[in-house]
Amino acid sequence: MNKQTIKCVVWDLDNTIWDGVLLENSGLKLKPGIEDIIKTLDRRGILQSISSKNDHDAAMAALKSFGLDEYFLYPEINWNAKSYSLAQIQKNLNISMDAILFIDDQEYELQEVKSVHSSVHCMNACEYRSLLDDPRLIPRFITEDSAMRRMLYKTDQLRKQAEAEFNGPSEAFLASLNMRMIIAPADEHDLQRAEELTVRTNQLNATGKAYSYEELDRLRQSEDHQLLITELEDRFGTYGKIGLALVHMNETCWRLKMMLMSCRVVSRGVGTVLLTHIMQEAHRAGKPLLADFRDTGRNRMMNITFRFAGFRDKFTEPDGTMVLEHDLRSIPQFPPYIDVVVQQ
Amino acid sequence: MDYRHVIREFIRDNLSIEHEGAAFSDDDNYFELRFVNSLFAMKLVQFVEQQFGIVVENDELDLNNFCTVNNLVKFVEAKKAKEAG
Repeated sequence: MNKQTIKCVVWDLDNTIWDGVLLENSGLKLKPGIEDIIKTLDRRGILQSISSKNDHDAAMAALKSFGLDEYFLYPEINWNAKSYSLAQIQKNLNISMDAILFIDDQEYELQEVKSVHSSVHCMNACEYRSLLDDPRLIPRFITEDSAMRRMLYKTDQLRKQAEAEFNGPSEAFLASLNMRMIIAPADEHDLQRAEELTVRTNQLNATGKAYSYEELDRLRQSEDHQLLITELEDRFGTYGKIGLALVHMNETCWRLKMMLMSCRVVSRGVGTVLLTHIMQEAHRAGKPLLADFRDTGRNRMMNITFRFAGFRDKFTEPDGTMVLEHDLRSIPQFPPYIDVVVQQ
Repeated sequence: MDYRHVIREFIRDNLSIEHEGAAFSDDDNYFELRFVNSLFAMKLVQFVEQQFGIVVENDELDLNNFCTVNNLVKFVEAKKAKEAG
């Protein structure tokens, strides 16, 4: 499956979203069709932001007058180099550079960004009409999570503010969130989101293997597999369905074939909760637990998570997949600040 | 290079471990003192690699090597000695 997907479009403003230059007071007019493009991308779950050399307040007021201000996350409207703005947006959204498409009408800006971030996708604004037909911007499914993705990130923004204003150790902040994580067998209506998770997740993804809806549907109903999906919520609202795991239950052992956790929740200390749950269940079933890990070049965090949790090399498959094993003699506890609910 | 000092500073700054005057010793397991997430684990490994110019191999990604200042100093020293040797 093609994993080359764009998660965020970063727009310039002057002569890109609108015709004219804001600070020259020339009568601004939206480019024809741009409003529909922005709203359609939003419905598809593509995030959008802004990198514009402009006066922040004036630009936001102009966007507001067009009814478009709410569509952009972490807008960078200032006089910094655009490569710096892109880096800020990338950091705030915690996505990788090659998942960003930057659109500007000035070749100089496109080159400047490209010279610093070689993996960013760039497009000249004159080509904007092709955007909605660009395969990189057409997800295979529009899931419940993708349609509300912008809201999920907005809620995250509120959490970050609350965290920045919080004085004290991070556990105390995490405890103040009243987090609840629900672990449940994946239902049929979870499968589109499950497929999407296998395509979109990079850092905490044990194998990087993308699974199709059909494969997941078969595995979900298979007698000797467990397909688990997790949802996280806190006092700000839901984070959506953010984790997935596939366990193959053999006669002699349990084998974790796939395990992933959305990058949005990495700093919540919940990455290990699902792993802990599976360790507990394998232990209860009296089976040793193996786990597959395949180095994708971007999932070292998952490798470290497995190994710090006590997994050790067992053998390597011919295709290079490392198979790790945990002796289950000591299983970590769930973090005290999170309420874990396991549904059967 | 004073490994110990640099490591202590990194831990202190990243885990807000000495807030309100609380101290931690070089034998304290900060993975137990503080709830530590995958992001911190990753940052710690990358910090050690970049700061001391070493590569941490898979079989060295053992929590025991990373969970106290003393263990981490010992690990880095052994790595550097092996390289120099």
